[in-house]
Amino acid sequence: MTLTLAHYLAASGALFTIGLAGVMLRRNIIIIFMCLELMLNAANLSLVAFSRFNLSVEGMPNYSGQVLVFFIITVAAAEVAVGLAIIVALFRARQTTHVEDLDSMKF
Amino acid sequence: MLLVLFWIFAILMLAFGLGVVFLRNPVSSALCLVMSFVALAALFITLDAFFIGVIQILVYAGAVMVLFLFIIMLLNLRDEQARRLNLAAWMGGGLVVAVFLGLLAKVIFTLPGFNFPKPPISRPEISDVAMVGWTLFHKFNLPFQIIGVLLLVATIGVVLLSKRELK
Repeated sequence: MTLTLAHYLAASGALFTIGLAGVMLRRNIIIIFMCLELMLNAANLSLVAFSRFNLSVEGMPNYSGQVLVFFIITVAAAEVAVGLAIIVALFRARQTTHVEDLDSMKF
Repeated sequence: MLLVLFWIFAILMLAFGLGVVFLRNPVSSALCLVMSFVALAALFITLDAFFIGVIQILVYAGAVMVLFLFIIMLLNLRDEQARRLNLAAWMGGGLVVAVFLGLLAKVIFTLPGFNFPKPPISRPEISDVAMVGWTLFHKFNLPFQIIGVLLLVATIGVVLLSKRELK
């Protein structure tokens, strides 16, 4: 049995599902944010796997996929900085990080 | 050999990922997330993506996770006390996750196009970092500069958001 693309896609899909489960089931806003990062990383794993398994015409990995992963990591870093600043501002205003206590916009 | 490494790091990554979701204390969740990212970086290296693996450890396991831990300590979060479980919401979330997992497994394991081994690289002596850099600066020069502006905007936004009050 050799290592195939399906192995990496299955690992990536499982990691994405764990992140999705965390976003759906947890109620602490910081944990939800961490699970979002898990989902971003699962997408990165499948991008790198596709870049390695589908070689370009010269027989080299398709480096456009890896550059896209580089961009995703950069945007994720900016997103974490802004998101955590928003969470700190929210905590200052409400003294809680539990999403069920933040219901003033709920219909 | 590579298959064994793949299984070790994939299982580590998924086990620590489950730790993030199911541990009560936010600090343990954050430390599990660090380990999950390190295992993911090892998976990138089994895919010959050395540059992305190193960036993953530097940016995620280093910078981003320090930021997370810093905020958790700053907010002084304790263990979540058990609340009354909203059963309907929990069942709904579980159902969505189960359906998603089933669909994904069906697609990945039934499509024959995904079931091929890793093709060898024609010129393995060329450095991966040089090729990523070449692609970044030749094919993606404009997006690269836009990303620079994005980082500046994010920095200014964070400074504004963390001011005590806006004038």
